[in-house]
Amino acid sequence: MPETAVADTGAGLSLKELARRHGLSASGRLPSLPEYTRYLWSYRHFIRAHSSARTSSALGHTRLGMLWQVLTPMINAAVYYVIFGVILGGRNGVDNFIAYLCAGVFVFGFTQAVVGQGSNAITGNLGLIRALHFPRGSLPLSVVLVEVRNYVVALLVLMGIVLLTGEPITPQWLLLIPVVFLHSIFNTGLTMFMARFGSKVRDIKQLIPFIMRFWLYGSAVLYPVTLFEQHLDGWALALVEANPLLIFIELTRHSLMEDVPLAGNPTLLWIQAVVWTVVVSIGGYIYFWRGEKGYGRG
Amino acid sequence: MAETERVPTVISDNAHVIYQVHGSSGPGNNSPLASLKRLVTNTKAANVREVHAVKGVSFVAYRGEAIGLIGSNGSGKSTLLRAVAGLLPVAKGKIYAAGQPSLLGVNAALMNDLPGERNVELGCLAMGMSPAEVKAKKDDIIAFSGINERGDFSSLPMRTYSSGMAARLKFSIAAAKQHDVLLIDEALATGDAKFRRRSEQRVRELRAQAGTVFLVSHSEQSIRDTCDRCIWLESGLIRADGPTEDVLREYEAFARK
Repeated sequence: MPETAVADTGAGLSLKELARRHGLSASGRLPSLPEYTRYLWSYRHFIRAHSSARTSSALGHTRLGMLWQVLTPMINAAVYYVIFGVILGGRNGVDNFIAYLCAGVFVFGFTQAVVGQGSNAITGNLGLIRALHFPRGSLPLSVVLVEVRNYVVALLVLMGIVLLTGEPITPQWLLLIPVVFLHSIFNTGLTMFMARFGSKVRDIKQLIPFIMRFWLYGSAVLYPVTLFEQHLDGWALALVEANPLLIFIELTRHSLMEDVPLAGNPTLLWIQAVVWTVVVSIGGYIYFWRGEKGYGRG
Repeated sequence: MAETERVPTVISDNAHVIYQVHGSSGPGNNSPLASLKRLVTNTKAANVREVHAVKGVSFVAYRGEAIGLIGSNGSGKSTLLRAVAGLLPVAKGKIYAAGQPSLLGVNAALMNDLPGERNVELGCLAMGMSPAEVKAKKDDIIAFSGINERGDFSSLPMRTYSSGMAARLKFSIAAAKQHDVLLIDEALATGDAKFRRRSEQRVRELRAQAGTVFLVSHSEQSIRDTCDRCIWLESGLIRADGPTEDVLREYEAFARK
């Protein structure tokens, strides 16, 4: 080693020994999983403040401001209405295709947003990470919070569309609550995964648009799910029907609309949704936590 | 041994810090063909470079000490402070600290599109304060920063602030909390003369509460005023470590060359 001036270390102890004797902890030590969870929980106010700060700073430049939170999903739905309802006029074997389509678009849009924003959660906040101490998990969680808020507004718009297109309000609508809950938890895990993955492999940001488009076509958003059964069989069909987004979209349609064609029976869909949610949320959380100490780099 | 009652607060054991810098490709490296060639020949990505900023630094800091870090620009002073604060991971070696060292820098990134007062709230929450504490301290922080001396600036977005005003607000936010180990990065050099006096006073108060203070500064005067011990870093290595007067004399001789 080139000359490094070592200060006196007491009675000839090694530096490590000295640190241990005085109870100093290594900075950059990874906290245990329960410790980390408590640490994150104690930052819940920061997470909330950060998410609303992000929303208002994103919309602060616009004249309509927060109105965009409502306008964006409405315009989104209007575009699909014009193309599929007015121009193509297609029903594709589904009664009320507009509501069917919008349900798919909004549910998919929720996951699409967290994937895009999540991959940016760490790399877009390096300044904050290098300046202050806080559990880095706050950043992806703040992303999720922003998108959950947007999604709730989008769902209200969706309910309006569903009602306008002649669907009745039934007790089945209550099933929307567990669907949205599971989907949000699923997306939280996905966001945490994307946050770490995006900070490690920056090239992924170039690929996300293509991956998401592929996922879009695999989730029966723009056409009825029965199309898969007509064109695929065996393992390919099983693979498509195990797609978590397809499952969340199906369940949303199932709870809001009467007589929709489903890929599987509802019980099976619910079980699959729960399994996906548990696996992705726990997996994503652990994956993010393992990288906690490396996020300042790069 | 006389040192038995000296309590160490920060111990750096042969610490190395390596930055990975992305996206710094020079001319001639940024064509698709060059990228392909790099992949095929398996050379290291031209736009990912490693900067070895701190190359094996060892020292022990004790409670009650104020340590100045000096050295030319780019010698690794700020990087070392960040590593002590645990904000940058050490690539090799270890840094041990009592409690959680806090870095008080002038470049704490805040949200430029938001008004100053919301940045105060956000910054305080990010430092781990409770909402009640934030509420209690918010007005003091804004008053201390003095940004409202020329009208109601605290409700304007931070992008409208002058760089001095932004730095003052950032310093005020960071200085609102008590710290075990306090790391100050050039913070005393911010703002006009009036604010400098006020911030020096604040640093002295913080020092009285904190166990150990590290100060990075290019102002020899403020190092002399605040620090009794000095560490001189040059290209990521310690050149000298000792009483401020001795180290500064060596450093001045070096700088004059």
